[in-house]
Amino acid sequence: MKVSGMAARSLDAFARMSIGRAFASGVGMVAGGFLVLLVLVAVFAPWIAPFDYADQNLMNANAAPAWPHLLGTDEFGRDVLSRVIYGARTSLSVSATAIGISMAAGMTLGAAAGYFGGMFERVVMTVVDLTWSFPDILLALIFVAILGPGLTSTTFAIAIAYLAQFTRLTRAQIVRLKRETFIEATINLGAKPSHILLKHLMPNAIAPVIVVGILAIGDGIVLEATLGFFGLGAQPPTPSWGAMMSSGTAQLFLSPWVIIFPGVAVAVTVIAVNLFGDELIRALDIRDRLRGA
Amino acid sequence: MNMLNVHNLGVAFGAVQPLSGVSFSVGKGETLGIVGESGSGKSLTAMSVMGLLPLIGGRITAGTVEFDGQDLTKLPERAYRKLRGGRIGLITQNPMTSLDPLKKIGPQVDDVAILHLGMTATQARARTEEILGTLRIPEPALICERYPHQMSGGMKQRIVIAMALAADPDVLIADEPTTALDVTVQAQIIRLLDDLVKQRNLALVLITHDMSVVAQTCDKVVVMYAGRAVEYGPVGAIFEHPRHPYTQALIACIPRGLADTARLSGIAGTVPTVMNYPKGCPFHPRCARAEPICATDPPELSINGDTGAACHFAEMPHAQPA
Repeated sequence: MKVSGMAARSLDAFARMSIGRAFASGVGMVAGGFLVLLVLVAVFAPWIAPFDYADQNLMNANAAPAWPHLLGTDEFGRDVLSRVIYGARTSLSVSATAIGISMAAGMTLGAAAGYFGGMFERVVMTVVDLTWSFPDILLALIFVAILGPGLTSTTFAIAIAYLAQFTRLTRAQIVRLKRETFIEATINLGAKPSHILLKHLMPNAIAPVIVVGILAIGDGIVLEATLGFFGLGAQPPTPSWGAMMSSGTAQLFLSPWVIIFPGVAVAVTVIAVNLFGDELIRALDIRDRLRGA
Repeated sequence: MNMLNVHNLGVAFGAVQPLSGVSFSVGKGETLGIVGESGSGKSLTAMSVMGLLPLIGGRITAGTVEFDGQDLTKLPERAYRKLRGGRIGLITQNPMTSLDPLKKIGPQVDDVAILHLGMTATQARARTEEILGTLRIPEPALICERYPHQMSGGMKQRIVIAMALAADPDVLIADEPTTALDVTVQAQIIRLLDDLVKQRNLALVLITHDMSVVAQTCDKVVVMYAGRAVEYGPVGAIFEHPRHPYTQALIACIPRGLADTARLSGIAGTVPTVMNYPKGCPFHPRCARAEPICATDPPELSINGDTGAACHFAEMPHAQPA
């Protein structure tokens, strides 16, 4: 009784939180629910996947979807379903890590640029804008050239690709907030710049940055798949949606399931992220704050 | 003893000089009123005292701001921060937006005592609740758990006052503290400030454009016009014998209740902007008493005892306002 009461109360608190409100609409519930499911699948992949992602069975290569290989097998006879499940792990972790790094760096740079202004701001923003002018593939190639192909290079490439977005957005929020009366009031009370920045400006600036971050995870998944497709990302036998599609192109007409299912996984995931992001924007009521960044 | 002594203050933004020759002083347990229309430099004076000019691109070009015997005009920012909110409190015009929307009231007020008095969070909270109590806020403990959007304007202004008082300052500058509030709440806030001056022996600088508020609460008054102090002195003397035509006009503007059936009076024209301060006496284009000299020569302060008036005709008997 007590436990269920507590559970109900925490559910209630979650629903009242803005992020909880994003789940409230039909679209939000479906998209958000799918993403939660996907994260669970990625985390518990070893328990969920019916086969090992690297188990080859050349006798049974390019088999059409049928029991026990529900989504068929690839050219080495590996179970496509298991590889798609493990691929979720690669895609989500690479994208989330990259976006996390990008957000942390972008928020730090953007907040400092917006708060301190002057020459510092101009230098930071120019450098950051410069990274924006490089095509993502080229950035990835630079890191591959330095670090060699693999997930680390992919992660850094995605992180750099989104750095400008986070920096610009954070800076725009800080510049706008800096003029607010309550910030002036805090200055009038003798607060140190660090206190104003960390305790007042950042908490008020963070909501749109988090939403853009969630949306960027979707884009990051596409970018990871793209780099994987070109063989710059995950190296075999590590399963990655992009790499799977790449190897599937060879037998596009012979065994289309090898390319279709990872493709569907990418598409559905990205659509879910975008729909959920839109719901989040609505729930947080920050559409106008995302402009002008 | 005078806590705050401003002498001949001048402020410039680049080549523009919006403030010059402003002098006043205020002691413990005393209330000084600074009055004038919008754009007369009242708020700028407050910002100069708080050392906030560099933030908006201004600088002090002349005069001194003496606080407790120390000249603040040369004070580095780091040292100024200790005074701001610590020994000099500032209450600004807009209580509705002066609180952080994302933080509860309690922590916002606590921060001041933690910062300036080095208190622990628990000590600061006890102090916060005590101060909220003295400001006649019911159930302080409950209010501490509220967010700003859950409170009325009058309540928010009390919170802002509580924040200004949290570090037990010697001087409190209230910059039009009641402008954004309902009339009934205005009276309460003014009375509250008046009580605080007496209870805490505060030196209060009350910036307002309401002459009747000045008459009720202030001991001394400075009348400002176009960035200058045009008249100063004890409230009694100023209201009985205003020597500057602008002061006379301001006093004439106070509505006198239902018995007064005459039309409410105003002052024709508007305050000149910084970019086009008139030559000579800045008030001459709107002055009923202006003569040719007023358009050419800026008037000197004519000092008479503890009052002063910047008018060529300050020594001559003026027609008293009705």
